[in-house]
Amino acid sequence: MTGSGVVVFVMRRFAVAVPLLLIISFGVFALVHIAPGDPVRSLLGARASDPATLAAIREHYHLDDPFLIQYFKWLSKVVQGDLGVSILGNRAVTSTIADRLGVTIFLSLMSAVLVLGLGVVLGAVGAFRRGTRLDRAVVMFGVFGISSPAFVTGIFLLYFFGALLHWFPIFGPGTGFLNRAWHLTLPALALAISVMAIVIKITRAAMIEELDRDYVTFARARGLSSRRITFAYVLRNALIPVVTAAGLIVVGIVSGAIYVEVTFSLPGLGALTIDAVQKRDIPTIQGTTLLFSVFVVLVNLATDVIYMLIDPRIRFGRVES
Amino acid sequence: MNTHVASTGHENPLLRVEGLAISHGAVPITTPLSIAVERGETIAIVGESGSGKSLTARAIAGILPPGINATGTVTLDGISLMGLSETELRKIRGFRVSMLMQDPFTMLNPLMRGGDHIDEMLRGRPEFASRAPRAAEVKRRLAEVGIVEDDVARRMPFQLSGGMCQRVALAAALARDPELLIADEPSTALDVTTQAEIIRLLRRIQRERHMSLILITHNLRLAFSTCERIYVLYAGSLLEVGDAAAVERQPYHPYTLGLLLSEPPADIRVPRLVAIRGSVPQAADVVGRCGFADRCDWAKQICRAGKPPLVARDIGRLTACVRQDEIQCELDALRTAALCAAPATPRRDETEGALVRIDALVKTFDGPRGHPICAVKHVSLRIMPGESVGLVGESGSGKTTLGRCLVGLETPTAGDIRIDGIAAADFGAMAKADRARVRRTIQMIFQDPYSTLNPRHSVGQALSEALRASAGAASASTPERIAALLADVGLSAAYATRRPASLSGGERQRVAIARALAVKPAILVCDEPVSALDVSVQAQVLNLFKRLQAEHGLSYLFITHDLAVVRQIAERIYVLYLGEIVEEGPTERVIDDPQHPYTRRLVESIPRSANQHAP
Repeated sequence: MTGSGVVVFVMRRFAVAVPLLLIISFGVFALVHIAPGDPVRSLLGARASDPATLAAIREHYHLDDPFLIQYFKWLSKVVQGDLGVSILGNRAVTSTIADRLGVTIFLSLMSAVLVLGLGVVLGAVGAFRRGTRLDRAVVMFGVFGISSPAFVTGIFLLYFFGALLHWFPIFGPGTGFLNRAWHLTLPALALAISVMAIVIKITRAAMIEELDRDYVTFARARGLSSRRITFAYVLRNALIPVVTAAGLIVVGIVSGAIYVEVTFSLPGLGALTIDAVQKRDIPTIQGTTLLFSVFVVLVNLATDVIYMLIDPRIRFGRVES
Repeated sequence: MNTHVASTGHENPLLRVEGLAISHGAVPITTPLSIAVERGETIAIVGESGSGKSLTARAIAGILPPGINATGTVTLDGISLMGLSETELRKIRGFRVSMLMQDPFTMLNPLMRGGDHIDEMLRGRPEFASRAPRAAEVKRRLAEVGIVEDDVARRMPFQLSGGMCQRVALAAALARDPELLIADEPSTALDVTTQAEIIRLLRRIQRERHMSLILITHNLRLAFSTCERIYVLYAGSLLEVGDAAAVERQPYHPYTLGLLLSEPPADIRVPRLVAIRGSVPQAADVVGRCGFADRCDWAKQICRAGKPPLVARDIGRLTACVRQDEIQCELDALRTAALCAAPATPRRDETEGALVRIDALVKTFDGPRGHPICAVKHVSLRIMPGESVGLVGESGSGKTTLGRCLVGLETPTAGDIRIDGIAAADFGAMAKADRARVRRTIQMIFQDPYSTLNPRHSVGQALSEALRASAGAASASTPERIAALLADVGLSAAYATRRPASLSGGERQRVAIARALAVKPAILVCDEPVSALDVSVQAQVLNLFKRLQAEHGLSYLFITHDLAVVRQIAERIYVLYLGEIVEEGPTERVIDDPQHPYTRRLVESIPRSANQHAP
């Protein structure tokens, strides 16, 4: 398969993703109507229900049109980047989201780097020291992390490193890169610990399998350096299953961010969503849900493309023996 | 314990292994053994599965799997390798000792291009610091192993054939110009014709480089034709050591002779192969006695009294048989008797009343992106009642597809199959009664007996299930009938309660045969039925096939890549090449006087040495 083949592959994946996104958008739109009570009431929120306001809402949301027409009118606005107006504060949903996005992206990226970096290193340590106390400690740490929810680990970290030791701030997102990283270390760690077990387990199992392979033995028999064997042979082959799971992990991190933001009172998208749910702010819920869904679809698309790029057996297609 | 050095008179061999004992925890894998390799010398370590030959090779290179320990000394050119650290060993491996492994498809890194395996070996050298001279050197190294196509260096391992992978791996193993190469069954996983090419290549390179070579193999004939000295390893102990020619002329140990006679000869048909009874034991089970005693016709009390030491009996000849001088005449006599040709089988020329008729059979499969792959093209063949027919071909020849079409596991794309007069091309379209009759007429034996037996069913359950499917199923599957079936394949009735996991490979194949016989078939389709078995066991099973044919008047379609096997079992053979029959005729005529170039290539690839018939 050549460069154009890769393009064809990506296009084909996109073609599958578009209908999926349409279905999701339909579900998100239907939220207004699924929510208990009259949609006008839902959209009214805390405003006074005088007839003029109600009529304005009916007019603004095309509520007198048939359902499908409403959907298409809403969708065409969404495509143009207009997610409607938040019921609270009367701001455009897009600008509320834009305000909050930074913290969530920073938190998720930081924790993804921690999960993948630390997880792969710990998994590799376990595999190389298979059966030793260190190996068992690594596995135990993973099991411990996955069994305690992120908000519990978060509260523990806050108490220990924030309140007792005062190493890290206990609330607020910080400003500027370094200050923000300092502020977000504990939340990112809490988030990372809760999903790291998956990466540790996959890396460890894959590396143990790789260490037993004929080509690793053959590489040793040829006197290659242990660094070359570890990186070009063992790690590179073992990372293929990790990459295939990375999509799942990133999605897990972003959904975990919702709890962690609330725990650490960070003004991120997760906190915004919780807030919106509590206040029945339907346009904001629609906006954040849609954004999360698009993100999940795109992450999966990216995983497929990366998987194809790193495994030549997929890229070239197997020859028939 | 004996640590006698099998020296050839030289004082300073390149490699000297003394008292090398390998164990897995407290379980011994080999007893202390000694090996010496001169510069430029080729030796063979011959042994069946479980003999410890591969671990011995890995112990020499210092790459034993975790949990396996070795004691003793390994000295390479005066340097003791056993005490060296991993870092120091790395300077020896590749540069002085290198290793080639069995499976070409798993030996190369699947994410690295073929040429990069050679390239990475060259990087440390200053003259190859930059890319261009390194690429030129990779090209030169590939040319040495017979690869002149430019794009092989750029291809990924999964895009190369087995033979190509093995060549690339050989070039990579030799890239730092080692003085000693250990080749562990380098040709076993390959097709017959490719096997011969790889062995020729190894010998040529060994001679050109004046390199020492340790060939690890289970094939005694290959060892005789390739190596100067032979070490015969059995259940972890060396049983015989000597010059290849001398050992071939007159084996001193009953096991060596047994192994030699167990290998079916390709040039004559013998009435009955001399098989070694039983199967290969574990080293741990034969501590403190001759490992071969339980299978030996000459074993006496003395053989079980202690582990017989390997002692010199002649110049350059050692044997671990304590009774060698007493029994040598009998060994020689057995050898002479075993090599008598069987009387020629009566020719049958009639083609009327054939049990199986295949006419113009075609089978195509859907390939990638809808391109059809034609596995079998216009094949016609006949099998007469009571006749044994060989179907010879390499992987990809379509021989297995043809066999599967015959028993209804595949439906042919076109063509006609008649079994006992019933049209059986499409099992789905047949009347129910006809289908049942055809299934009772034709049965199949597979290569791997283990995967065809349900591990949760005892042997008795497997057989009674098959008996219930036989004609007139009203008759219950009594223990007597199961015992009779087991007796038919040479197993005692006690086997009925055992499960497949507790059986050896040969016993499993016997059970598979018994199960096929339960429905009293007229013909067995045997797909490589002995190629997964140890040589000494293979002869037993071949003898069983011969006996069953005589007793039950069975027909066989014997699908195999091994000409020596068909020589023993088949009256007529068809040679299949890329889905087409290129040659057919009586076995003797096709093997002794092959007409088609491909058949000639197959015949030439059988390893043989000059003194094949000596005494």
